[in-house]
Amino acid sequence: MKKVVRGFYSIAHAVKLCKPNVIAAYPITPQTEIVENLAKMYSNGELEGCEYVTAESEFGAASILVGASAAGARTFTATCSQGLILMSEVLLNAAGMRLPIVLVNTNRALSAPLSIWNDHQDSMVLRDGGLIQIHVETNQEAHDMVPLAFKVAENSKVMLPFMINMDGFKLTHAYEPVDLLDQDTVDSFLPPYNPPVYMTTKNPLTFGCYAPPHCYTEFRVVMQRAMMRALDVLEETYREWAEVTGRDWGGHVVGEFLDDAELAIVSMGSLTGMVRDVVKELRKNGVKVGLLKIRTFRPFPAKQVKEALKNANKILVFERAVSFGYEGPVGIEVKSALFGLNPEFYSFAVGLGGRDVPREELMKIITDVYEGKVEQGFHFGTVKEFEEVIV
Amino acid sequence: MTYFASGHGACPGCGLAIAVRNVLDALEGKCFVANSTGCLEIISSQYERSAWGVPYIHSLFENAGAVAAGIELALKALKRTDEGKVVVFAGDGATADIGIGTLSGMMDRNHDVIYICLDNEAYQNTGNQQSGLTPMGSNTTTTPAGAIMLGKTGRKKDMISIAVAHGLPYVASASVAFHADIRRKVKKAAEIEGAKYIQIHTPCVTGWGIDGKQTITSAKLAYETALYPIVEFENGELTRVRKIKERKPVEEYLKIQRRFRHLFKHPRGQEIINLIQKIADENAKKYNLDL
Amino acid sequence: MVVRVTLGGVSKPLLSKNMKTGDWGTEYPVVDEEKCTACKTCEHLCPDACIVIVEKGDTKVAVPDYDYCKGCGVCFSVCPADAIKMELKEIYKVED
Repeated sequence: MKKVVRGFYSIAHAVKLCKPNVIAAYPITPQTEIVENLAKMYSNGELEGCEYVTAESEFGAASILVGASAAGARTFTATCSQGLILMSEVLLNAAGMRLPIVLVNTNRALSAPLSIWNDHQDSMVLRDGGLIQIHVETNQEAHDMVPLAFKVAENSKVMLPFMINMDGFKLTHAYEPVDLLDQDTVDSFLPPYNPPVYMTTKNPLTFGCYAPPHCYTEFRVVMQRAMMRALDVLEETYREWAEVTGRDWGGHVVGEFLDDAELAIVSMGSLTGMVRDVVKELRKNGVKVGLLKIRTFRPFPAKQVKEALKNANKILVFERAVSFGYEGPVGIEVKSALFGLNPEFYSFAVGLGGRDVPREELMKIITDVYEGKVEQGFHFGTVKEFEEVIV
Repeated sequence: MTYFASGHGACPGCGLAIAVRNVLDALEGKCFVANSTGCLEIISSQYERSAWGVPYIHSLFENAGAVAAGIELALKALKRTDEGKVVVFAGDGATADIGIGTLSGMMDRNHDVIYICLDNEAYQNTGNQQSGLTPMGSNTTTTPAGAIMLGKTGRKKDMISIAVAHGLPYVASASVAFHADIRRKVKKAAEIEGAKYIQIHTPCVTGWGIDGKQTITSAKLAYETALYPIVEFENGELTRVRKIKERKPVEEYLKIQRRFRHLFKHPRGQEIINLIQKIADENAKKYNLDL
Repeated sequence: MVVRVTLGGVSKPLLSKNMKTGDWGTEYPVVDEEKCTACKTCEHLCPDACIVIVEKGDTKVAVPDYDYCKGCGVCFSVCPADAIKMELKEIYKVED
């Protein structure tokens, strides 16, 4: 049933249909309305078999989910930015304990200076933590990825936390028509959580051990394997989703106009729509550009990225974050995936801290790169004229 | 039945191992344990060397209160509350310092959890650094007694009052010197719905500089000098205290421990001892401890 | 030896029993069975759960488990019947 809803609701509605057992959260802009919606559902008795709790911090919320998940519950939270960083110690711990907590991160910039607006710096900081991370472009995609996240995270071959990244404000606050799932569809796709091990007095196991040097490495090897296995599980589940709902979001990456593209443009998240628009217009004018949307960021689909970009002799990545002291984090990954090929490589950080990315800016960057007017390497998008002073 | 098995790595004469055994025995093993990082975790949870005979989880240093709350919520949601009580074991640092946020959240939301603070009065797992529950004058590696400083300068944080102020249905202090009292309090706590806080004095042989033969005797002296009042609060009301027959001067407790030895040598040591005696006197007055 | 790597490091219960800590200490407790009243004080207070009251003939006495006893002396210090004494292990005895 198509309804015009805000991004918040598209998440909350999908979460409800997944029948979580424990939701713990802490308010933070621009995530708050997701959990407000869930709190309302809980208050109205719409979340059967579920306990909803507002924690004393994001750190507490994530910790509550560690306990709940270990005890066998299906768990959900949502956060972003400072909240995600505050949660990070717990989330990395949950990854090591192989607890399939699902969270939605409404991507927001990090302090300082404080900014409540959107970019991808927050989730990038958690790149190496053992969380599955995907980025969505629209609220429909965000909505659809919630049941998928539970299914993949809880797959016995995976058992890792799953973070859905959706752009704060750009998606969360946007009203869009969303074809809302119904309970039967979700039930047919997502079975109840059946944890392979959980805390019970009937079989009193010990969770959260410490591992001396003689076995720690092996735990990390197993974690890496689970992440790599998740690549296949994700792809299978993306396909299964398309079959069940008829909505095909593609696999780890989605390529458009790439077969004969001289310049391939890489983008993640909500910016992709605008980039696509520019690419289409340029194509009409005979400019050979193509687009690669990256959906799965961790595990990183290096093979698929390389395959998709193999024909282009110029690559341009639009970044929403900076790896300070090097380049943009997505560009670093793409470049590494393309090892062995030798295209010209450009990356541009745009829209940091919620700065608007006008169509004209994208058009100019793409055209300049296409026409060879830009030096290879990492750049910032439009930067105002400024003077660096002490005070 | 064993709920905390032999072969764990605690120092000989470890006070907190005694407390843990008595708590688990009182609950007859019908419990879920959430444990913060610290001595207990490190002696009992090595991979494939677990000492635990009850379901156990260690997550982080500062989140045992929240992890326990999560277990409680899960049991509620999954309709498995009859399996057992949720218990936290956390050290004094994990309780009064780094984990006070998650503990406060757990108490504030009144989760049905028995929170046990194993109070050995410093970060003993890492080798005796001062915590909020380290008593005044104690020589720790981060408050080393020297020419200018005579051990910890501040007082021991009053976690009992902090717990009471949260409006808890049950708050108590206890000591390994009185093991039957620990079991009684835990059993009582298990019958009360909501968040419970029990702080157990658990001497640390290495940190305090005592012999295993003094574990119980030193804990008893802490009580007998009124430096560790043994009290019980129900719904904010002080309902019971362990009275002291003939209160002993604090020197008797201090002199047997290496951590206070400097107080008997330093020219200003007596000043600190006097201050410690004042704390004991205040405790005795506050809780009406003298018989 | 093949390392078993469980999901998230989950361990089976009570495996610490595989670590015999009986050689840690220098002393060991000896129970005077005549004096022992089987009051269980030592059983409750042993940090290592290695002294228990068992039936011996028609009486009950405390029996230390030397496989795990670390020789801390808690049992000795708390025995109300004065029935436990600590003895130095042979290997720590210095010859005159």
